[in-house]
Amino acid sequence: MSKVIIPTPLRKFTAQTATVETSGATVAEAVQDLTDQYPDLRKHLLDDTGKVRSFIRIFVGDEDILALNREETVVENDTVISIVPAIAGG
Amino acid sequence: MDNIKFSQEELQRYSRHIIIPEFNIEGQKKLKAAKVLVVGSGGLGSPLLLYLAAAGVGTIGVVDFDVVDESNLQRQVLFGVENVGKPKVEAAKERQKSLNPHIDIISYNTQLTSENALEIIKDYDVVADGTDNFPTRYLVNDACVILGKTNVYASIFRFDGQVSVFNYKDKDGNIGPNYRDLFPEPPPPGLVPSCAEGGVLGVLPGIVGSLQANEVIKVITGIGAPLVGRLFLFDALHFETRTLKIAKNPDVEPITELIDYVQFCGVPHEEVSVQEAVKELTVQELQKFQEEGKDFQLIDVRETYEYEIVQIGGELIPLGTIVQEAGRISKDKPVVVHCRSGKRSADAIRELEIQFGFDNLYNLKGGVKAYAEEIDTSLPVY
Repeated sequence: MSKVIIPTPLRKFTAQTATVETSGATVAEAVQDLTDQYPDLRKHLLDDTGKVRSFIRIFVGDEDILALNREETVVENDTVISIVPAIAGG
Repeated sequence: MDNIKFSQEELQRYSRHIIIPEFNIEGQKKLKAAKVLVVGSGGLGSPLLLYLAAAGVGTIGVVDFDVVDESNLQRQVLFGVENVGKPKVEAAKERQKSLNPHIDIISYNTQLTSENALEIIKDYDVVADGTDNFPTRYLVNDACVILGKTNVYASIFRFDGQVSVFNYKDKDGNIGPNYRDLFPEPPPPGLVPSCAEGGVLGVLPGIVGSLQANEVIKVITGIGAPLVGRLFLFDALHFETRTLKIAKNPDVEPITELIDYVQFCGVPHEEVSVQEAVKELTVQELQKFQEEGKDFQLIDVRETYEYEIVQIGGELIPLGTIVQEAGRISKDKPVVVHCRSGKRSADAIRELEIQFGFDNLYNLKGGVKAYAEEIDTSLPVY
């Protein structure tokens, strides 16, 4: 059970929910569970091949999953997964 | 630094810096010798320009092509009502000069483009990116990488802020990650709205732009640990802050030249081309419909709180519920759909056309805003 923090621009796809509890032992499984709960989120989070889109980064704790084991990074109970999209306002 | 001297007035002005042991006169000299370019003099640019001027950065360049608008004053504290309609860079220069007459302000009343970016940026030591769109953010980043300049970055959206220091060269010559290491490619147009479309809490750029100014000062003076290889996130709504690690991204191609960033970001060259797919009606044509008593339906896809500010007799179906409420929309007579400015209503029409095959929908060009400005000027504009 990990906690996924949903950023503001994507909250319109999670009924404005800011944090979502997900099941799964890896980041991929947690994202799968997240998009099962909120199917509209899928196309904004993942491309057609199921890869995380290039304007979105996923962090486990304070580490980018690129520096860990990418989508196969193991998550444990109480792991915080952050979804961080590019924003451009100024 | 030995050639940097201070007048008696300057020493008095900067005394609260000079008495900080880690900062002292050496830090103040570095500020005076420094040249900082601030790209964008809006929400982030306001605190940046004010604090950098007050702190005594010797040369501050400001790039912006916009004029001050009434709707800027909710957050752009650099400007006052007397500046509305004036070029931002001019108003900014006046304000900064009144704040600190001991510094030089160079204004560029132009849009930063692939053609002029290298020429403008090359003379500066540090760049602070306070722009409001993806094409310029990638442009600023790439130009800084090519020229070897530090890019102090911040961006905001509604209640969220991000800050980082990109392309920073440390004492050993190691260069930190840049914007493309974090986000190799921009989101497709429309997914992440701009502040103009999505709104922003007025105080947020004040907080985030001040953090950015702090990083600029640290980079120049060399005090403390700059936010290099880290991304600071601030959620003003829940008061959550996080600092995440960012590293060089091995998947990213090296940056060697500037490109067409408008095309790269998929932003249409003219805003109207987004709307090309939907049929349009002008506010004058709508007025004619109304005067002639034509049989048509008017749908308002804004939110209830917007409807309460001003409405022009449309049936309220907020964009988020348009698919569920599609049954309320007529298929056998013209239907005019409107929002505030015409963007959301175009989205609604596209959605309805794709999902339900409507072919009788017309987007009200310029929305209720244009209606209030051109047809019934007694209506409020927001």
